[in-house]
Amino acid sequence: MSTEIDLHAAQVSKFRAQDKAFHYITLLFAFLVLAALVGILISLSIEAMPTLKEFGPSFLWSTVWSVPDERFGAMIAIYGTLATSIIALLIAVPVSFGIALFLTETCPVVLRRPLGTAIELLAGVPSIIYGIWGLFIFAPLFAKYVQPPLQSWFGDLPMIGSLFSGPPIGIGILTAGIVLALMVIPFIASVMRDVFETVPPILKESAYGVGCTTWEVVRRIVLPYTRVGVIGGIMLGLGRALGETMAVTFVIGNANRIGASLFSPGNSIASTLANEFGEAEPGLHISSLFALGLVLFVITFIVLAISRWLIRRGMGSEGL
Amino acid sequence: MNLYQRRIWSNRIGIGLSMLAMTFGLLALLWILWTLFSKGFSALSWEFFTQDTPAPGSEGGGLRNAIVGSGLILLFTTLVSTPVGILAGIYLAEFGRVSRFAATTRFVTDIMLSAPSIVIGLFVYALVVETLGGFSGWAGSLALALIAIPVVVRTTENMLRLVPTSLREAAFAVGAPHWQVSLKVTLRAVKAGVVTGVLLAIARVTGETAPLLFTALNNQFFSTDMSQPMGNLPVVIFQFAMSPYDNWINLAWGGALLIALLVLGINIGTRILFRTKGQR
Repeated sequence: MSTEIDLHAAQVSKFRAQDKAFHYITLLFAFLVLAALVGILISLSIEAMPTLKEFGPSFLWSTVWSVPDERFGAMIAIYGTLATSIIALLIAVPVSFGIALFLTETCPVVLRRPLGTAIELLAGVPSIIYGIWGLFIFAPLFAKYVQPPLQSWFGDLPMIGSLFSGPPIGIGILTAGIVLALMVIPFIASVMRDVFETVPPILKESAYGVGCTTWEVVRRIVLPYTRVGVIGGIMLGLGRALGETMAVTFVIGNANRIGASLFSPGNSIASTLANEFGEAEPGLHISSLFALGLVLFVITFIVLAISRWLIRRGMGSEGL
Repeated sequence: MNLYQRRIWSNRIGIGLSMLAMTFGLLALLWILWTLFSKGFSALSWEFFTQDTPAPGSEGGGLRNAIVGSGLILLFTTLVSTPVGILAGIYLAEFGRVSRFAATTRFVTDIMLSAPSIVIGLFVYALVVETLGGFSGWAGSLALALIAIPVVVRTTENMLRLVPTSLREAAFAVGAPHWQVSLKVTLRAVKAGVVTGVLLAIARVTGETAPLLFTALNNQFFSTDMSQPMGNLPVVIFQFAMSPYDNWINLAWGGALLIALLVLGINIGTRILFRTKGQR
């Protein structure tokens, strides 16, 4: 009898030891994810150190990027990144809103699933495909049919005119922004659709009951109710747009200057890295590229952190 | 125009614009796919799969080395990211429901899901390429694994959370230790979901170009040596599309079609798998 109890006790303590080991093994792997983030920050900082020492904080706003002179500043790339991302959001936000509205309010129920799936598939298309499509198909058409009219309509206006000056060559900041918009629309639209679906039906039904039109229900009930989540979705799209490499590199033109015109070629942080890193000489050049990478990582980290926080709040405690 | 008519019209305009937006999105998808198929299919041929990437200026050629290279890199990416992602996901779902460490990990994982992939490439360059003294297929696999792991972690955790508590309790009640409950009961219950996560992770990294630029680099010749620079589809597409040679550009379209078919295939396949299993 007692030997049986001993056997049981041995079995239980064996299980307990195994459980402890299992717990710590899984903990270790979860820790790896955190370690990767910290590792990225540390290694980029170490590699960027020579540049930060040489130029100090003025690296951030200097507009010189000259490999032969060993003078490097981040402003050209930061401008290109922000300009393309802002153009992308200006186009993508209204379109995504329209798509999300259609999918949740007006779409016939049979089509809801296939159309939603189609938009999600668009999100799965690798960015290099957007890039190659933008370079060979979109840019030539854009240069031929869109840029000249834009120039003739707005070219003579004060202030705005200079945005559309310069030769219509198809590639440049504006084209990159448009291709980027196509890329982020599915991301923003999916989040918006998900948060729109969290609106309690009873709220919408009450509004319809007192005679509101669909548009009024969306404007006055759905949007105010989901504001936080919608902004979170937009920030998610912004985070994607800021760090996107291939869709931009193909069509931005890769010129290290800031042009007044949106038609002029430029460079974003990611496209500078993609173009120059492979051939960079060790020393200040490579270190400056690491510094650019660090800037990009910190900016996107902040944007994505805010986005996650907002989406989580907008979706209730469940998160995505 | 009275108030009633104004409301009717603003409704019509609003709804009309939203339909326009939907059409715009669908047309963009169709346009991109149509160009991809029409340009890509003409590039696919027997030589496309059996010959290596051509030298500058020479005729013909295929993408054999890049296809094999991509396959090898993806294979090792999957072998690394699957166990790491699943175990980390198990931790978050089974042990870390309330701990602050788990909450932080969850938050960081969410951010890493959308972090710029080119920065991952820089990190692996600093970590592996600089210290080991050269570009290699291993470095490429590691960079892609860092992107794939968060996808696996999140899907595994989300799936495990769907497992009813009663199932766990039943397993505990017959005396199973926690590790057996996790691996043999709950994980098995959501097998289809976890497989989906792994497949989606593969789809996610298949077309990733930026992290491979400074890690696997490229290789013009056929090679299966993971410790050397390795040819791979995305980087070849990037280089060839930007080149002045017609046959290179043609090959780039073919490669792009191949990647798109794989990615869309996985995405559509997992959806079908999901629906038949009736989860979610």
